[in-house]
Amino acid sequence: MAKATFEVPALSQYTEVPPVTPDAMAHSAPFKSKDEWQDALGFPGELPEDWQAKAIDKMGDLLGKYRSLRVYMDSCVKCGSCTDKCHYFLGTKDPKNMPVGRQDLMRKVYRRYFTLAGRFFPKLVGAEDFTKEVLDDWYSYFHQCSQCRRCSVFCPYGIDTAEISMAAREIMDSIGVGQKYCNEIIAKVYRIGNNLGLPGPALEDTLEGLEEDVFDDTGVKVRYPLDEEGAEILLVTPSADFFAEPHVDGLIGYGKVFHEAGVSWTISSYASEAANFGMFIGSYANMRKLAQRIREAAIKLKVKRIVFGECGHAWRVAYSFLNTLAGPWDFLDPRYPVPQHICEFTYELIKEGKLNLDKSENDDKVLTFHDSCNVARASRMGTTPGGQFEIPRAILKATCNNFYDMDEDTIRDRTFCCGGGGGLLTDDLMEIRVKGAKPRLDALNNVMQEKGVTHMAAICAICKSQFTKVLPYYGMEMDQIVSLHQLVSNALVLTPGEDDEEPDEDDDLDKNDNDEDTDEAA
Amino acid sequence: MAFLTNFYAFLFYFAAFVLVFGLIFKIVQYSRTPAPLKIPTTPAPTTRSGVVFRMTREVVLFESLFRGNKWTWIFGWMFHFGLFLVTLRHLRYFLDPVPFPIQLVQPFGIYGGLAMVVGLAGLWVRRFAVDRVKYITATSDHLILGLLVLIGCTGLLMKFVFHTDVVEIKSFFLGLYSFDIKPLPGDPLLLLHLLLVASLMIIFPYSKLLHAPGLFFSPTRNQVDNPREQRHIAPWAKRLDQQ
Ligand code: HEM
Ligand code: HEM
Ligand code: SF4
Ligand code: SF4
Repeated sequence: MAKATFEVPALSQYTEVPPVTPDAMAHSAPFKSKDEWQDALGFPGELPEDWQAKAIDKMGDLLGKYRSLRVYMDSCVKCGSCTDKCHYFLGTKDPKNMPVGRQDLMRKVYRRYFTLAGRFFPKLVGAEDFTKEVLDDWYSYFHQCSQCRRCSVFCPYGIDTAEISMAAREIMDSIGVGQKYCNEIIAKVYRIGNNLGLPGPALEDTLEGLEEDVFDDTGVKVRYPLDEEGAEILLVTPSADFFAEPHVDGLIGYGKVFHEAGVSWTISSYASEAANFGMFIGSYANMRKLAQRIREAAIKLKVKRIVFGECGHAWRVAYSFLNTLAGPWDFLDPRYPVPQHICEFTYELIKEGKLNLDKSENDDKVLTFHDSCNVARASRMGTTPGGQFEIPRAILKATCNNFYDMDEDTIRDRTFCCGGGGGLLTDDLMEIRVKGAKPRLDALNNVMQEKGVTHMAAICAICKSQFTKVLPYYGMEMDQIVSLHQLVSNALVLTPGEDDEEPDEDDDLDKNDNDEDTDEAA
Repeated sequence: MAFLTNFYAFLFYFAAFVLVFGLIFKIVQYSRTPAPLKIPTTPAPTTRSGVVFRMTREVVLFESLFRGNKWTWIFGWMFHFGLFLVTLRHLRYFLDPVPFPIQLVQPFGIYGGLAMVVGLAGLWVRRFAVDRVKYITATSDHLILGLLVLIGCTGLLMKFVFHTDVVEIKSFFLGLYSFDIKPLPGDPLLLLHLLLVASLMIIFPYSKLLHAPGLFFSPTRNQVDNPREQRHIAPWAKRLDQQ
């Protein structure tokens, strides 16, 4: 694989800041969305004649609805602090991939139509008319932002380019210029319930297959239930967990943890998707509609708690927005936060000594941990700030003997995005994905050389898919990326249930029925 | 002289009007615009007082800039702290009697003036020397720096070389409070200093100088990290719930 039609950057020991090279990535643009998907999301399918006026109107509307956008358009002093912080700039050298360069694509239009200075002295303040060329630039460069928020950490005013990319995508959608990848997927969730378009029966087969695999492996009957009314916990997890590698090994791990905790749980076929792509396209309405499915599922299945599986942007929407979008959650058990992260759940059990973990099961690996951008900078775990860094590391250290962190400048809230977040995880954006992964892989390569690290654990479906695809471009192995709960799964010594001693006939029957599907899924 | 005095009196009334109402307009606009989602850059404080502490560090120490770029931080902080001392020192022209702390700060104001100009010079050099910063610099960025450097230099020249009658200046500005126009000294340096200051006041609400009020309204910095504990919802978003 890994045949590149572009130049793959060479890794360096520390990521160097490249010289500015204008238009180096101007050719990159994702496939356009089509009528049917645009329609499903409530957007027009084609660029109307008066698109410019419509876009300016929409911009005015958003400026009145989002304080972030309004304040950030005005406040940037061009100090330059963010200019060398974006992985896409570091990987492509294109100055429009510097966060402020990206913002300025919108800011120049904002200044032209919404400020006195830009109306009267456009040249002086760098204001520009909203022309077709500017729109093309928008489409190209606002789809080279993974909304990872690294820039917002270093900006003296906290200017978050993600907010601006989201607004830009919303404006473009409103004039019929949508992106295929995101919009097709959202339409799929409305139709089927998850991003991959896996219908209920397929999910059921997959989950049964997992039960058998685990049983074969361990001799213990661990359940992976679907649509079970009255279960205590609703698990909402990215649909990639149902079949992609290494995601599915994480899902196996969640099931084992629930098994050991002795709680009943279920997945919902109606809300079988944690990732909320409504955020990527900046559409509050779509994001809300997607989130409401989780509420409906929780009510229908009469659960008491909601737990989210490993996913970065999904956890942002879950932790930071779910209460806003689909709350209040007063019908759930008030003793637990809504929602909870699977890591919070597992960590509690570890602290209480309820998990019997055999670290030596992971001795074939030397691990490092990739802080997923949206978990790191847009959410929290546990009760204290920074829990999102400490809890996954605590789990790692409880399940593995060999663990080393990457360079301090590239982890925790300064972590680099994997390069595939924010709606860019599509093959038509392969070049930007590969180049954007460079800063993270520089740091990974460094600990591989110096500490002998063999594997990198992550807690995000996008990170896992992205690295699986991108690592080979840099001469690394695709299976060097693992799920955190895969390590938990490896180390966890299961407690046998009453019926586990000798597998009875029912189990054997089930097994034969579903063998083929299991292979497909794995 | 009467013409110049009247001109400057009018100019300062106008500049003060633009500054005050321009800023009020912007601040009202910012505070009326809802922030529909919780977007603090995490790790973020989980309490109000934590947020006040975070914001104080940003305003006083430029914490994020410090993490981002040491050179910009050094020059930027020098400039702003210098500007702050200069502002305190200048209060003696506008307050009568001069409060004791302002009297104390007078000598430091001069160092402030020097720091301010050095800081500005450093920031300006970056706009030519660093290719990334050069790329994002517009003409207006140069002009604002030039304006501030000129204000600083004219001020320092008055302080060290061509002295002016500060008592008379004070009576001019105190007179403006009661629409009683007193003569202003006619020194060219002073007139230039004041002309530039008035321009600065006028452009303030229409330029990137809005970063000063903007910082306080930045949702990534001023929000409490408690979305699971407390439901946060904007009025326009609430209407979607009711549909
Ligand atoms: C709440 C008060 C203020 C805060 C927290 C603040 C903060 C900052 C920060 C962090 C920067 C970026 C770093 C730098 O380039 O220095 C900056 C830049 C700047 N500030 Fe302020 N500032 C404040 C008030 C003011 C005021 C009152 C002025 C008015 C004269 C001003 C003028 C500038 C200018 C001109 C720049 C850009 C410098 C350049 O071009 O590189 N600031 N400010
Ligand atoms: C209406 C407002 C202002 C008036 C009447 C004014 C007047 C003066 C005068 C009379 C001096 C000479 C001080 C002396 O001889 O001891 C001076 C110095 C100075 N001014 Fe201003 N000024 C004003 C606003 C400003 C502003 C807004 C700034 C900065 C942006 C500034 C920066 C300076 C500096 C750096 C000095 C030299 C250091 C010092 O003496 O403090 N001035 N100003
Ligand atoms: S949010 Fe991330 S990808 Fe987007 S501009 Fe900022 S650093 Fe780059
Ligand atoms: S760090 Fe913030 S203020 Fe500085 S250039 Fe970047 S966006 Fe603008």
